[in-house]
Amino acid sequence: MWRALQRLWPYVTSARHAMLAGVLWIVLATAISLTAPLILKYVIDDLLAGATRATLALAAAALLGLAIADGVCRYWMRQRLIGASRAIEYALRNDFFAHLQRLPLSYYQANRIGDLMSRASSDLGAVRLMVGPAVMYFGSTALGFVIAVALMVSIDPWLTLLALIPLPLVSIATHVFGKAIHEKFDRIQAQLSELSAVVQESLAGVRVVRAYRQEPFELSRFGAANDEYVHRNRSLIRLQSAFYPSLSFFFGLSGLVVLWFGGSGVINGRITLGDFAAFSRYLVLLSWPLIAFGWVINIVQRGIASWQRMLEVMDTVPAITDAEADPAALAGRVVGRLEVRHLSFTYPGATQQVLTDISFSASPGQTVAIVGATGSGKSTLLQLVPRLHDPPPGTVFLDGVDIRRVPLERLRRAMGVVPQEPFLFSDTVAHNIAFSRDGDPPKDAVAAAASAAGLDADVSGFGHGFDTMVGERGITLSGGQKQRAAIARALLVDPKVLILDDALSAVDTTTEDAILRRLRDVRETRTCLLVAHRISTVRDADLILVLDGGRVIERGTHTSLVAQGGVYASMDRRQRLEQELAAS
Amino acid sequence: MSVQDDAIAKGYDSTLMRRLLQYLRPYWLWVIVAFIAIVGGSLADLAQPWLTAKAIDDHIAVNDLEGLWRLGRWFLLILITSFVFEYIQTSVMQMVGQKILHTVRRDVFTHLQRLDVKFYDRNPVGRLMTRVTTDVDALNDMFSSGVVTVFGDLIMLFGIMAIMVAMDWRLALVAFSVLPFIAWATAWFRRNVRENYRQVRGLVAKLNAFLQEHLTGMGTVQLFSQQARSYRQFEAINREHRDVNIQSIFYYALFYPIIEVLAALSGALIILAGGWWALEDQVSIGVLVAFLQYSRRFFQPISDLSEKFNILQAAMAASERIFGLLDTPVEMPTSAASSDRRVDGPGRIEFDRVWFAYKDDEFVLRDVSFVAEPGQRIGIVGATGSGKTTIISLLLRFYDVTQGRILVDGIDVREWPLEQLRMRFGLVLQDVHLFSGTISSNIRLGREDITDEAVREAAKAVHADRFVDRLPQGYDTPVAERGATLSVGQKQLLSFARALAFDPAVLVLDEATSSIDTETEGLIQDALHTLMAGRTVFAIAHRLSTIQDMDRILVVHKGQIRESGTHQELLALGGIYFKLWEVRPLIAPTSSDPSPAAAP
Ligand SMILES: Nc1ncnc2c1ncn2[C@@H]1O[C@H](COP(=O)(O)OP(=O)(O)O)[C@@H](O)[C@H]1O
Ligand SMILES: Nc1ncnc2c1ncn2[C@@H]1O[C@H](COP(=O)(O)OP(=O)(O)O)[C@@H](O)[C@H]1O
Ligand SMILES: [Mg+2]
Ligand SMILES: [Mg+2]
Repeated sequence: MWRALQRLWPYVTSARHAMLAGVLWIVLATAISLTAPLILKYVIDDLLAGATRATLALAAAALLGLAIADGVCRYWMRQRLIGASRAIEYALRNDFFAHLQRLPLSYYQANRIGDLMSRASSDLGAVRLMVGPAVMYFGSTALGFVIAVALMVSIDPWLTLLALIPLPLVSIATHVFGKAIHEKFDRIQAQLSELSAVVQESLAGVRVVRAYRQEPFELSRFGAANDEYVHRNRSLIRLQSAFYPSLSFFFGLSGLVVLWFGGSGVINGRITLGDFAAFSRYLVLLSWPLIAFGWVINIVQRGIASWQRMLEVMDTVPAITDAEADPAALAGRVVGRLEVRHLSFTYPGATQQVLTDISFSASPGQTVAIVGATGSGKSTLLQLVPRLHDPPPGTVFLDGVDIRRVPLERLRRAMGVVPQEPFLFSDTVAHNIAFSRDGDPPKDAVAAAASAAGLDADVSGFGHGFDTMVGERGITLSGGQKQRAAIARALLVDPKVLILDDALSAVDTTTEDAILRRLRDVRETRTCLLVAHRISTVRDADLILVLDGGRVIERGTHTSLVAQGGVYASMDRRQRLEQELAAS
Repeated sequence: MSVQDDAIAKGYDSTLMRRLLQYLRPYWLWVIVAFIAIVGGSLADLAQPWLTAKAIDDHIAVNDLEGLWRLGRWFLLILITSFVFEYIQTSVMQMVGQKILHTVRRDVFTHLQRLDVKFYDRNPVGRLMTRVTTDVDALNDMFSSGVVTVFGDLIMLFGIMAIMVAMDWRLALVAFSVLPFIAWATAWFRRNVRENYRQVRGLVAKLNAFLQEHLTGMGTVQLFSQQARSYRQFEAINREHRDVNIQSIFYYALFYPIIEVLAALSGALIILAGGWWALEDQVSIGVLVAFLQYSRRFFQPISDLSEKFNILQAAMAASERIFGLLDTPVEMPTSAASSDRRVDGPGRIEFDRVWFAYKDDEFVLRDVSFVAEPGQRIGIVGATGSGKTTIISLLLRFYDVTQGRILVDGIDVREWPLEQLRMRFGLVLQDVHLFSGTISSNIRLGREDITDEAVREAAKAVHADRFVDRLPQGYDTPVAERGATLSVGQKQLLSFARALAFDPAVLVLDEATSSIDTETEGLIQDALHTLMAGRTVFAIAHRLSTIQDMDRILVVHKGQIRESGTHQELLALGGIYFKLWEVRPLIAPTSSDPSPAAAP
């Protein structure tokens, strides 16, 4: 826990001026607000002793003046402290996001997006409460407590002691309840994220749910999660509803003690009636700090737990970094010569090896095609080249340099990648295509890339052409349109190495043909890695690798592989047969 | 008709409130209990200063120690009563609140399950999620802390006022003289905070949307080295969020001290006037002390009320959005009248002059007519965007036709009970949707009657068993979020197995094998031949080779069926299909070259 708080400290000190000023205002405000009962005491004693109207007016004016001074202090206290907490929240959120950007793909596959989201929003909110409002309330609370007790002692030490007897109970209750409440709260949050996941999944897959008539099943899944959520909430409610009343009860006990012993003190003449009134007032003033104290403890407990949850993310060492990078590597022009040597790969955390001993090389102008059964490791191989997952050292080389030694950004800027399931942002078509360019999309380049990817005709059909919004707030692209937009996006990079993972699977035959012809020009000056299922797509590659279970089982050109009479040849035969049958 | 985020209620809206209170109705007994507890608790709270006043005037001032002790026992009793009442009040109200939220959440989700696909086209999932989670939570705040304690506050306020008036009406008037100023300050605060709150809400939504999108697309951001840019964008929203929040501090920082100063003013006036009268013996000192205590307690509920007003306002805005969703009409209610229709028809499908537009009169399908006889296998081809998927969506009645009709076994789909209509189809889509759970639960979905054996058989038929068997826990292997650790083709195989396991009369495939290697695809097709014998099959494909042996092929072009027939007939026709076919040799120049001349 201390370690966690230490990690928070730099953020707090970055706002230290505001924090210090805020604490100063707290001291002032507290001091001022505690003098008010003193005035009360004099008024009452005065009245008993025969006051004049002038002293009354003086007291009233003092009371009002103090309140104004107090208000000014509290205004600045809030401004400074809450303002500081917003500044800290801002810095934390930035850093959190920046760290998330450094974490590799595998992290996002292993963690739920919804969970990361809740750390960035509700956990961050809890941390802010801890560094802002909690400090504010703690400051005024602790000070108020000390000063009030001091003043009470000055009136009557014995009575103070008696009045404070029930108060340790308050702290104990706060601690015990606070801990249990905290645990229950965590369980509730976990169930809430479970509930959200059920809803999210059910809504995102609405067509499947409807088509397979899963509505009743989804309802029962949801119902179970909903029931459990309420169930967990109820046990929290039972605790909480006992907690706050018990605090008031303990304070009430103090009040009773003061009534009995203070009252008899007045009767015995040990203290004056004014003392008694002021004492009661202090006790009331004391009750707020103590309740707030319980509240502060809860906020701090929750804040620390939340901060630890955020730290789990922020302390995750990015698995793919520039740690081994040589800043000089590939600093000049990248040629694009790709080489893979004895590459074997296992996904982190998995037991099964996905790729085994893969070797090949390709120079600009050359195309390496990869074919193979579903799940044979084609996408994995392609993802290792831009280091979406990290290949073992000494296995993948660009221009003769181990890619692990090339700064990530330089490596990736040399590549244009079309993933098997492309992701587009809810932005305009132009911005999506020019995603690799910062700033306004270059019109001509976007149009050229779109036309090379065969997307131009589609775009002219969209309401606002290249300025049409894509995604949730705009048009929904079909699978084929998405793929072509992703191809255009990759082409706009002007990459040295072009990587296409089954990038034409959802495109119709006519379009596929056109794109392939246009890509042929692009491929002439670039190294190209492509995965495809159709022989027609891969037949003119310079090297074809046939993968099976992560191993290269056949390699060669189309002609040599056909002559070899293996898996590839039978694939070819099969596809040709289909065509011949159909055409005959 | 989409459900908007930015609806902001006027703070208090009686129709909304009435509707919310409807949810309270089943718990009226509990509400009464809580109400009594609130009244009792407030009275017990009020009694404490009164007892103090009595103690001073009746006992301490007259040196009556005995009486003081007796009075102390009353005080203790009141403390205990207050504890009990407070416990009952909070626990009952929160329990009831939870039950109501449970109901609201269930109602919303149930309604979402009934709303048609069209609704989901317009409403992004993220926004709908907010309805079920965040908005319901805003209601929770209202039930657990807001509305109900508002009654407590009001009772407290009026109780205090009554007691003060009863004790000394002149002094009471003096104390109340600051009330108009309080009303004014509160109105000012409310107005500004509401506007500010709206801005904050909008920015929080923006932050979340940005985060959601960029976490999902992080791989793409990294591939294109755009971290710096997206950081900049994020930082800009974050900064705006900070600034708007800092601005809101101003209102709070000013409001609370103003209330405090007004309270002090009232106190000062009481001292001035009360002291004056005390000197003239018109007011006792006990009354004066009690007044000072009451005036303190009198301001507490007022600032509480304004705090609660915020909660109330948030809850009102949330409930407006929730009710907006619940009021969205279900356009395709299941017609209960025809529920006795028999389920097992042969699977004859007829499109009769069907026209369809997603929006207004931008027709996506124009005058589509065709018949699929039971057991026939129908292929659908056409360019991207020509309307193939739309045909299928209409068949499963995701949307209703604009004109014309669709008959399944002679009955208009609009007359079929939805449930029974869809029971006849097995659908495989291009975009696979996996649920959290295991491999086998993704094949079986909610159908308990599909045995493990049947699951395995379905998987085997589509050759998914080859990879499932290699997984560490086989069919019980958990599926990661969105199936992240499976290859795309493997996910497609699973959804194929799902369709087979359901054993439908009509199998509908929408580019279902696009990410599967041709070898496996061929094997699947062979399996389909045997499995689907005697059943109707609809297969959309963008690769002619996958559908050339279908009984009939429909060629869709710009929303119309332009050609229809067997592969051979279509080639002979020399139309669109022929042209689609013709381009194939360009991709595979050395294959058997089925040039126009080669076609019969
Ligand atoms: N992130 C991952 N973690 C663990 N296993 C994975 C992951 N991604 C893919 N796999 C597994 O690795 C194998 C190869 O997958 P992939 O390369 O996607 O195949 P494909 O050849 O179809 O593109 C599959 O068995 C798949 O289940
Ligand atoms: N949910 C929708 N809302 C509005 N327009 C749509 C929707 N789905 C598809 N469209 C439009 O309808 C046309 C036909 O789409 P679709 O049936 O998906 O074509 P295909 O499956 O042949 O590629 C396209 O122009 C597409 O943009
Ligand atoms: Mg793949
Ligand atoms: Mg489609």
